[in-house]
Amino acid sequence: MNNTLLEVSGVSVSFDGFKAINSLSIQIAEPELRAIIGPNGAGKTTFMDIITGKTKPDEGTVIWGERNISLLGMSEADIANAGIGRKFQKPTVFEAQTVRQNLAMALKNPRSPLAVLLHRKTSRNAARIEAIAEEIGLSDSLPRIAGELSHGQKQWLEIGMLLAQEPRLLLVDEPAAGMTVEEREKTTDILKRAAQTRAVVVVEHDMEFVRRLNCKVTVLHEGSVLAEGSLDHVTSNPTVIEVYLGRGHA
Amino acid sequence: MNRSFIAQNPSVLWFIALLGLFTLAVTVGSEAFGTGLISTSMVKTLGKTLCLCLIAIAMDVVWGYCGILSLGHFAFFGIGGYAIGMWLMYARTEGIVLSSLSGQAIPSTAQEISDAIGNQIFGVVGSSDFPWLWAFADNLFLQLLMVVLVPGLLALVFGWLAFRSRVTGVYLSILTQAMTLALSLWLFQNDSGLRGNNGLSGLQNIPGFETASQADISLAFFLGSALALALGYLLFAWIVSGKMGSVIQGIRDNEARVRFLGYRVEGYKLFIFTLTAVISGIAGALYYPQAGIINPAELAPIASIYLAVWVAIGGRGRLYGAVIGAAFVSLLSSWFTGGGAPAIDLGFYTILWTDWWLVLLGVSFVCVTLFFPKGIGGLFDYLVRKPS
Repeated sequence: MNNTLLEVSGVSVSFDGFKAINSLSIQIAEPELRAIIGPNGAGKTTFMDIITGKTKPDEGTVIWGERNISLLGMSEADIANAGIGRKFQKPTVFEAQTVRQNLAMALKNPRSPLAVLLHRKTSRNAARIEAIAEEIGLSDSLPRIAGELSHGQKQWLEIGMLLAQEPRLLLVDEPAAGMTVEEREKTTDILKRAAQTRAVVVVEHDMEFVRRLNCKVTVLHEGSVLAEGSLDHVTSNPTVIEVYLGRGHA
Repeated sequence: MNRSFIAQNPSVLWFIALLGLFTLAVTVGSEAFGTGLISTSMVKTLGKTLCLCLIAIAMDVVWGYCGILSLGHFAFFGIGGYAIGMWLMYARTEGIVLSSLSGQAIPSTAQEISDAIGNQIFGVVGSSDFPWLWAFADNLFLQLLMVVLVPGLLALVFGWLAFRSRVTGVYLSILTQAMTLALSLWLFQNDSGLRGNNGLSGLQNIPGFETASQADISLAFFLGSALALALGYLLFAWIVSGKMGSVIQGIRDNEARVRFLGYRVEGYKLFIFTLTAVISGIAGALYYPQAGIINPAELAPIASIYLAVWVAIGGRGRLYGAVIGAAFVSLLSSWFTGGGAPAIDLGFYTILWTDWWLVLLGVSFVCVTLFFPKGIGGLFDYLVRKPS
């Protein structure tokens, strides 16, 4: 891959002796749609925590962009501003505020307190909000309080907030959890479209959803990469079958 | 502030209009105006209440909007009071000393005058030297600057240390309370330079206005307090209604999410914490000349807790709620503890409100928290249905 956007190599992290991530190496290209699957405790969420600066690894490197910046040691806010957006497992939108306010807060604009204090609504920003709302199918819900939205709508709103940040890399943690079949289809479409112009990494449990994404799959197990390739390729891997079925039947 | 700000926030217009009407009514009814329907002491109480409303909206912004339960904002209020009190006391004592020395045949030296003033002010704590704290006490402008700078700097340094280390929630509350307690205990010491537990007194006498009656002075401070509350309300309403309001409410509801959106949360908290501390200092500087006296007990942690109770009862996250809470509870408190409320004789026991008021307040606080989390201000939601 010559257009590598993110390069994680040899990363390890342990909590109280438990190795959550064990010399993990993953490369993400731009644009790319990548699914990361793995049983519970495989280190999927910790992997995202490391990239977004929430968790500091014990060893290894995380290199970002064409200028090869190390993300380790950067604050969460700096990493977000460098172009990495993250969607949490549970939909986390600002429930007390309207859909429009949620999106406005996420829009790529100066983030300093002074700039925010003196911020004025512009037609350009309004148009961007409208466009994103259209993309996530919430055009009619802009004035609604986010807390009133359905579970699926909240997930879309959060994806919309990610898009509003205009990140180069989107980390999406279990976007399909708790969604109906139609909602899943719509989510797949949104993610696929987003991945045409940027890198999108989806962490997912649900094989059916991953199949629909139709992309390269990385299987994590006990904190390191077990297999990588197309879904059919990795699911025919005997170790993967053993890990999944073994856990599934336990 | 553009037109859309007022248009989008009709409650601001309502508040300013009601405050204006209230101010007009008190002015017309005051002894200074001539009608004398409202006693001078009542004007002072109302003026002080307006100052408490001002610190309450500051508390609402820092707690109700930004989610920082500060139990230290009354310390900033007290610092503002001490800062203005130092000038008031110095300038008045200087006037008294100068007039008493003026009759002497040999003019006194500057040192003698300074010693005499020092003796007057600090004799009560067995000292006559001016502590370094009083370096600017002879200068009204510099001392007014202190009203803003000292609370602001203290909040900036304290906030920077606390927020940078990501101290949040109850731990931050405890830290702010410790700060208040430390400040109060330090002030209680006789060698603090601020007259120990005597505090500063005679603050109701304004140097340069010796001939003015207390009726006039009280009305002037009442009007000043009303103006400060109006301006403070507009400032905070403007801050919380825009994108800044979105971000700080986001911090309140989900700090991590705001961080992952790329906002440096620490900077926002520091801004809000410091700004509200400065406004609290200004409120204190207006309050204590009306109270006439300030002493370290005013800065006790309990005062800051009351502040949180007012805001909770009035309704967090809405500025007029904080005003209602502060005005309602503080006025009710002075009615109950001032002997205004009749004692209730149960036959076997007599409820004296001076003793039982705190119990009543505590019970109301629990009831509001449990049954009306939106506070008194929440009742307005039933009156005004927001178009959805």
